[in-house]
Amino acid sequence: MNETEIATGERVTEGDLLVILRHSPHGSSWLREGLDTALVAAAFGQRVSLLFSGDGVLALLDGQQAGALGQKGTHGVIDMLAMYDIETLLVDAHALISRGLSTEDLLLPVSVVEGAALPKLLDQHRLVLNF
Amino acid sequence: MASSEIYRYLPVLDQEVALDPEGFLVDMADWSPAVAEALAAEEGRILTAEHWEVIQVLRDFYERYEVAPAMRPLVKAVGLALGAEKGKSLHLMRLFPDSPAKVGARLAGLPKPANCL
Repeated sequence: MNETEIATGERVTEGDLLVILRHSPHGSSWLREGLDTALVAAAFGQRVSLLFSGDGVLALLDGQQAGALGQKGTHGVIDMLAMYDIETLLVDAHALISRGLSTEDLLLPVSVVEGAALPKLLDQHRLVLNF
Repeated sequence: MASSEIYRYLPVLDQEVALDPEGFLVDMADWSPAVAEALAAEEGRILTAEHWEVIQVLRDFYERYEVAPAMRPLVKAVGLALGAEKGKSLHLMRLFPDSPAKVGARLAGLPKPANCL
């Protein structure tokens, strides 16, 4: 199984921390909390990967604004990830397709991960946090 | 984090600038170069051209990302804006001893960086 994935040229992603983001911007603080956790870990020199899954993919959509009450959005943080050396941005393929989205709708270049590759991805990180 | 609690006032020219308990501006709109100089003077620092260029990098960072940077991204931002020679923690430690991210954010009129201990 793993052999074939590697054979298809799939880059094996590994790191210290995988943060899984499953909530959309606004409406709850899940997304922001998850991103903050990733930034703290990166600030302390951990290698951090992000996996956008479920409604979490909406965080990557282009054209976002602040909330109705002037709350800061999360797109500024997404834009800033590179400054914290968080460059492994992964997107669950099913989450994108089922929302009628493609990688062209997103703010940043990402790597799309097929469902079958997810267990391996989780396995390659010492710590996995779910938000 | 930014605090809205007014702890004391710093006189700058004909202005009374409200500061929070840690000495950060309560209202970011109060910032001006004269305020930065008064904040620096409080700590016995004199701002040179090298300080000012880092303060500008900090203000640009906040304007773009709406967050004050921790040390690591500050080093990176300074490196991108001012060249690799200055994008080193040693350079920033020399300019802003103790804690460059925190001291720099205060002088630049930004909130205290969240991921900075």
